[in-house]
Amino acid sequence: MPKRVETIILHDSSTPVIGDTQKGGNVVITSLDFLLNQARANSLWPLTFGLACCAIEMMSTVASRFDLARFGSEAFRATPRQADVMIIAGRLSKKMAPVLRQIYDQMPEPKWVISMGACASSGGVYNNYAIVQGADQVVPVDVYVPGCPPSPDALIYGVMKLQEKVKRRRFNEIIELTPRTIEEVTV
Amino acid sequence: MSVNLFKDVAKPIMAGFGITRRRLQQRTSKYKDVTVQYPEQRREQYPRTRWKHALKRYDSGLEKCIGCSLCAGACPARCIYVEAAENTDGERYSAGERYAVRYEINMIRCIFCGYCQDACPTGAIVLEKDFELANYKRESFIYTKEMLLDPMPK
Repeated sequence: MPKRVETIILHDSSTPVIGDTQKGGNVVITSLDFLLNQARANSLWPLTFGLACCAIEMMSTVASRFDLARFGSEAFRATPRQADVMIIAGRLSKKMAPVLRQIYDQMPEPKWVISMGACASSGGVYNNYAIVQGADQVVPVDVYVPGCPPSPDALIYGVMKLQEKVKRRRFNEIIELTPRTIEEVTV
Repeated sequence: MSVNLFKDVAKPIMAGFGITRRRLQQRTSKYKDVTVQYPEQRREQYPRTRWKHALKRYDSGLEKCIGCSLCAGACPARCIYVEAAENTDGERYSAGERYAVRYEINMIRCIFCGYCQDACPTGAIVLEKDFELANYKRESFIYTKEMLLDPMPK
């Protein structure tokens, strides 16, 4: 019987989490860092990437009850060219994975990814042939939000976690985007 | 077809803003502010909300979990791993014959369905209302027994 072996090259998250301690730097650079990071963290424009039921909670997060606009993220963009953060909301099928990767590549730097819900983060209950077992096999994920689906508060907590991460980013930090591939070998 | 500037344009706009004005005046009494100011103020969770798990203890401090793996069997996402060991008279952890020496939940795969809670014969695992679980790394989502277990009662 032919056996399909999938080798998945795992990678680390795109932007490394740096500790709270800022190492010594130029006064100009550090204040520029601070300004840039504040601007970036407080105007994270998400990309609408609703794939399943998590998208309903994502919509509810933007609506008046929870109001993601308080964090500067109300402008959901339908084009990757204008988006900063991609919220993968829902199970990612293997057919959708190349599309997700292409849209991620079209986003301008700096860019971040929130993997929302159990299915996007790990596959959840869908441990089968059709679903990618974790969106981080396709794109580098910055924040994972567990839940099925995560309630709007849980997603807002995820956005706050991402803001923390963005604020710790350094100006001259080089982000190495190593190629990530899914190899499929048929024996 | 002619457009009457007052009747067709100005009047509907005024009527629309009229609703906004009325709602603003009634905001404090009839229509309360709907937005939950989340990090500062939390909404009341519904009584059957299911989030992060907790492993419970008896009042004596003994763990309720007897390591039977029924929760792992009931889990549709297969995110629970239980490894049991025998209690001895010298080292007694649970009230039953066995106890869970390792108890791990993959929180990123869990769908918070609560079947583990239903399946548990001793009521050891309970899904509580702590929803702040988001994190940066996959590895940090493997919740071990130490992270799930309630502290010893005083």
